[in-house]
Amino acid sequence: MAEIVLREALKRGLEEALDNDPRIFMMGEDIGEYGGAYAVTDGFLKKYGPERIKDTPISEQAFLGAGIGAAAAGLRPIVEFMSMSFTLVAFDQIVNMAANIRYMSGGQISVPMVIRAPTGAGVQLGATHSQSFETWLAEVPGMKVVCPSTPYDALGLLRSAIKDDNPVFMAEPALLYGAKGEVPDEYYDIEIGKADVTREGSDVTLVSYGYGMRPLNEAADRLSAKGVSVEVIDLRSLSPLDITTVVSSVQKTYKLVVVDNARRTGGIMAEVAAEVQERASEWLDGPIMRVGSDDVPWPYNRGLEREVLTDADDILRAVEYGFGL
Amino acid sequence: MASSTKPSSKPSSKRFKSSKNGAGGSEGLDESGVAANIDHLHLFRQMFLIRQFELACGENYSNGMIRGFLHLYVGQEATGVGAISALRDDDYIVSHYRDHGHALARGVDVNRSMAELFGRATGTSKGKGGSMHIFDAAKRFMGGHAIVAGQMPLAAGLALAQQYEKTDGLTICFFGDGSTNQGIYHETMNLAAVWKLPVLFFLENNMYGMGSSIERVRAGGIDFYPGMSTYEIPAAEVDGMDVLAVREATETAVARIRAGAGPQFIEAKTFRFVGHSLADGQKYRGQKEVKEWEQRDPINTFPALLIKKGMATQKQIEEIKARVDEEVAEAVEFAERSPEPDPSEIDTDILA
Repeated sequence: MAEIVLREALKRGLEEALDNDPRIFMMGEDIGEYGGAYAVTDGFLKKYGPERIKDTPISEQAFLGAGIGAAAAGLRPIVEFMSMSFTLVAFDQIVNMAANIRYMSGGQISVPMVIRAPTGAGVQLGATHSQSFETWLAEVPGMKVVCPSTPYDALGLLRSAIKDDNPVFMAEPALLYGAKGEVPDEYYDIEIGKADVTREGSDVTLVSYGYGMRPLNEAADRLSAKGVSVEVIDLRSLSPLDITTVVSSVQKTYKLVVVDNARRTGGIMAEVAAEVQERASEWLDGPIMRVGSDDVPWPYNRGLEREVLTDADDILRAVEYGFGL
Repeated sequence: MASSTKPSSKPSSKRFKSSKNGAGGSEGLDESGVAANIDHLHLFRQMFLIRQFELACGENYSNGMIRGFLHLYVGQEATGVGAISALRDDDYIVSHYRDHGHALARGVDVNRSMAELFGRATGTSKGKGGSMHIFDAAKRFMGGHAIVAGQMPLAAGLALAQQYEKTDGLTICFFGDGSTNQGIYHETMNLAAVWKLPVLFFLENNMYGMGSSIERVRAGGIDFYPGMSTYEIPAAEVDGMDVLAVREATETAVARIRAGAGPQFIEAKTFRFVGHSLADGQKYRGQKEVKEWEQRDPINTFPALLIKKGMATQKQIEEIKARVDEEVAEAVEFAERSPEPDPSEIDTDILA
């Protein structure tokens, strides 16, 4: 067991995949010579060569689409976007092609492809580079969407994504590439579609994923210090969504706060709240409280961006407002 | 209507000249009476099958058996048949939403294709795809695709896999003139060229993107092949109403690709004799223009040429027509008596 940063965990997962399966190759903007915008693929070009580490033109539609074609022909591409916001350019390929082609071919075509993209705000990149569209993709049938919050989960989810015969979108919280955590030396993976109860408690359930886990854990610490017993759930997978684990928790705590690092409206947490309301309303002691970032374009200014971002204070206010805790 | 979209009454190899490094057109049969390795009657049979299949689709759209959007390949048969006849079984084919002709030219089952249009369980996609989404992975027919130009990087990716696995297979990508104003078209051209992918870009220029004539939506006239020099992709123009010329141009391009020359581009000038879809009243063009192109209908001109050259008899042509008519009638019957998909099929084939 060693403590490594999330970037290293991803790197380890990608390297072992490239080492073990010749059908696996990578494509993306500046992943080769440059080493990746977030340095995840630093050194890969030298180690694996230009046929397997492909620097692409700035043509998100074309290289994502080429990944689909290569996957349809039996290869297993891993495609990197430089930013979640840039996936917008390629949404037609992701949704209309990667996710739909299996269904519209009556099951004849599979797309075993991993799409990786840094997601989220917090480093003053302004409105076009700070968005979290994994929540949009979670609505699309025919693909899976995961988002890790720790190095352990990043490696475990990446291994499962690479093994999966479907398109799997891996949103990587940009603010967490340098986050540290314990990762075992021996092999493990994490089943896609299973949430993780990271802290057990009996008074209130807090749910988030990805970077949202950071303010959520801080809020949980502060509540614990006040004597509140908090249960914490990391969704890890937005699609499939493990609503069962959330419902089980609510049946224990009777109180639910859902927390999104993305904009509050129309996010995955609206879905969690609706599902829990349908399945477990009789277990709820009060309203389902929803916390998210403000419904505004992401501002550049540091102070303004911090104000918009979900933080522990926002979560504590929701807990107090909803349940008087 | 714009005079530039008129066909020449008799296509000449001068009009259909090739660009730098491009494949030439042909008048169909050469002086010696044509290469012996081409099964001319088979080419005719395929074109006629497509024509009759499409007319049957039109009828069954009118009577409500086929729904959704229906785009017919009537008039363009010589392009798809000529091009696909020059391919190997291990080559991939990617098509657009006017895909029936390509599917049939590839040998996708006629009955199952018709059943797909009827939305039946026996269809190529079990009734889940429809007219615009015919697939037959076993025949490497990788789909009709309905977002204009959206199929282009799919073709590049299939070709990338062929290159990655060091085969000499290739991928042909059919697209229409309407595709050329999409950004993804240009992105894919560049990507394929910079990576030297074994892909044949095959433009079926039928002069109209739905109801918009090329002149109204494109700066630079009706010829696309000269622009390929931007990507350093060798490009040729060919008469899309001449099945042998199309085949020859395709053979030339295919040989270059298999030899490792990277992507090639063919522009076939062709014309659909019917509307964009069955919902199209064709208010945007005059019947005079359509009539002029119909003079060059390959369904008529090709067998006439074969008979004139003594390569087929009227009787042989009539026999082929009779057999095709039976085959299409049988396909309609097969589709009609095929079961509707079971409701349990709604949530299968979503994830592997």
